[in-house]
Amino acid sequence: MDLELSEDQKLFRNTTAKFLDNELPVEKVRAINKEGGGFPAEFWTQGAELGWAALLVPEELGGGSISGNGFQDLAIVAEEFGRLVSPGPLLPVNTVIAGLVEGAAIGGPDHTETIEGLMSGELIGTWAAYEPKGHWDPLNPSTTATKNGDNYVITGVKDRVEAGDAAGVFLVTAKTASGVALFLVPADAAGVSVELVDSLDFVRHHATVTFSDVTVSADAMVGTESATADIVERMLQVVVALQCAEMNGAINRVFEFTVQWAFDRYSFGRPLASYQALKHRFSDMRTWIECCNATADEAVKAVNNRAENSARLVSVAKAYIGTKSVQIIQDCVQMHGGLGVTWEHDCHLYLRRATTDRQLFGTPADHKRRIADLIGL
Amino acid sequence: MLVTNIPGHDRVGEFMSDQLESVEDFRIRARAWLSENMPKLDPAKEYNTNRVADREWVEHRALQKKLFAGGFAGICFPKEYGGQGLSPAHQAAFTEESVSYEMPLRLNVPSLSICSGMLLDMGSEEQKQTYLRGAISGEMILCQFLSEPSGGSDLAGLLTRAQRDGDTYIINGQKCWSTFAYAADFATCLVRTDWDAPKHRGLSMIIVPVHDDATHLQRVRMVDGSEEFCEEFFTDLVVPAGNLVGTENDGWTVGQRQLFYERQAVGGGSPYVSGQPPTRGGSSATVEEVARAVGKDKDPATREIVGWQSALDTVNHQLIKRITVGMASGEYPAMASSMMRLAHAEIPQHKMDVMLDIAGDEAVTSVVGGDGYLRSVGVQFLMRQGASLGGGSSEMSRNMISERVLMMPREMAADRDVPFREVRRGR
Repeated sequence: MDLELSEDQKLFRNTTAKFLDNELPVEKVRAINKEGGGFPAEFWTQGAELGWAALLVPEELGGGSISGNGFQDLAIVAEEFGRLVSPGPLLPVNTVIAGLVEGAAIGGPDHTETIEGLMSGELIGTWAAYEPKGHWDPLNPSTTATKNGDNYVITGVKDRVEAGDAAGVFLVTAKTASGVALFLVPADAAGVSVELVDSLDFVRHHATVTFSDVTVSADAMVGTESATADIVERMLQVVVALQCAEMNGAINRVFEFTVQWAFDRYSFGRPLASYQALKHRFSDMRTWIECCNATADEAVKAVNNRAENSARLVSVAKAYIGTKSVQIIQDCVQMHGGLGVTWEHDCHLYLRRATTDRQLFGTPADHKRRIADLIGL
Repeated sequence: MLVTNIPGHDRVGEFMSDQLESVEDFRIRARAWLSENMPKLDPAKEYNTNRVADREWVEHRALQKKLFAGGFAGICFPKEYGGQGLSPAHQAAFTEESVSYEMPLRLNVPSLSICSGMLLDMGSEEQKQTYLRGAISGEMILCQFLSEPSGGSDLAGLLTRAQRDGDTYIINGQKCWSTFAYAADFATCLVRTDWDAPKHRGLSMIIVPVHDDATHLQRVRMVDGSEEFCEEFFTDLVVPAGNLVGTENDGWTVGQRQLFYERQAVGGGSPYVSGQPPTRGGSSATVEEVARAVGKDKDPATREIVGWQSALDTVNHQLIKRITVGMASGEYPAMASSMMRLAHAEIPQHKMDVMLDIAGDEAVTSVVGGDGYLRSVGVQFLMRQGASLGGGSSEMSRNMISERVLMMPREMAADRDVPFREVRRGR
């Protein structure tokens, strides 16, 4: 909900919103849930044709954006995804792309072909960062990459891997003899097995991925070992800012239909919107949403511009929106009364999405502590 | 949303003029001027506390005169009234450059940001030449006479009366909560001039002298020991009829404009505020400082709380920036400033709560003659609710947001369209 979008970006928002509304209105999202979730492959390739996987790719590799502010444009898509609880690997694919682009920029092995595959929508990539029983700590994996001649042998288990079932390639954080490195591992490599887990999200899938002595060539490394922390930081900022944009889209949409409900629903002969006790709660929510809009925009701009303070602004946005988004949606559930906690009502679709975004890639508490680090306490 | 509702909108063209000095050129010029003319903050000196207020009023008048002489006073006010005719971006740059200098901060609110802002929009040419120029040049300080003891939020129900008598008005009644009135020269005073009209339609705004034999002014002591609020009793105070701002009985329009500037100033988004309070050595301890002072800065639970407060403070600034942009472009109604007002109560209150928690048992006692640093956290906590009361209560802000931003039904008012003299009043 950036108030300073260019005309190009406003047009891009409208076309994205229209496309999503035509292709996957909430009723279709419900149908996908009924069939077990995931996303229709053709939906994602159509999205890729609209540029959803090209916005972070430099022009020389075939990507780019009309506005010239690719990450801002991508955040617009994420926000629209949030408004319609859209399925599709928008976050994982673009996070992997951000990592690959960063790796290429510092002169690591060439992954142009993978980037092209991801851009086309034919190939799905996802970051295998979490490990079982582990909290958010991407630079401290127990998965190992052992050098064996010109190859690395990767062993370990990753979980909470979004779209792990659809992925053709995993970006794996693994411990080497001298540090931590990132490797691209094809899903069809010998020794890779994928097991779906139950997800809180209405349609998004997550998987546990086991790597049993998976051999990859040294060229599978992304960037260099010494640059791993920087690449991971960039990927973290990208995925967290996208989560914020998505949560933001969700709360703006839920608030819209809840305000409408307050006007339409009558009790004791008056609309809910006429009760001061409720008006005041709506005012609090409206203010918090404005805060969410403000902080999401600043985080997105900072990531887009690679601002010096982008790490802090992204964590500020995640701490704030992660905290407030679910409070706002729960308050909106309360405004709907018992209807709000039924399967049939859409509130829980948004609550599932916001809660999922809130919990992964650093909880609000993780990001609060990160802010303390970043301000030098 | 009426673009014409946005104060300052008619001056946007001026801000965008190609002839304006670029912000960066201005910044360089300001930096050089500040270093040659303004006193550096002195680590040994105490700033911005109640204890040093009397001294600061004298100093700040002098500092404002310096700014004026140097061409840096009233950066966003038009040149014809002594300002510089520059944009909020120039003002922001000046404030950034001025952080290590003493600045006339006490003149920011209410004199420049609230009273002067209103006068610029609503005052007559003569009033602007006298009072607006007077405030910008440091010759005079303005304050507001608005609230009355009979009601806080229901401002339009005020009872102070002004009676026209030839070329004068004769004023009788009582005002309260007038911030810094004891240090001011003139006040914008909202009075009732017609008792037969419904409450909003019988008010007038009149500029009155603060210090007059017909006015008894006394300072009001607050729970933290401060005496910055005043109350005034008027007995046949006579002022020239030319001091009427706007037209007689249209005082509510004028008052609302003033309230807009008040919300903007209290919310932290005024373009007429110059400089910012020193963060160290002042009354506003930071959460980090308190955590270090009690040795909890390495405790993970404390770090999480400090990180959260830092996030909230950042969000507060981001909110102000966003709403200011939204109002300037006409995307948001002027009442959107109530959201800044609400956040600017909640977030500082949260800060006071966490500082008290972190300071722990040291917040309630301090050695006599010591710096009392941690106990000041406790004292500040006593005034916690001031943040959601001053400049209009948070409850009123919530009414505004729901009724003027979300367009929900208005609260029932028993005095609507009733001649004011027939409105029921408490005792």
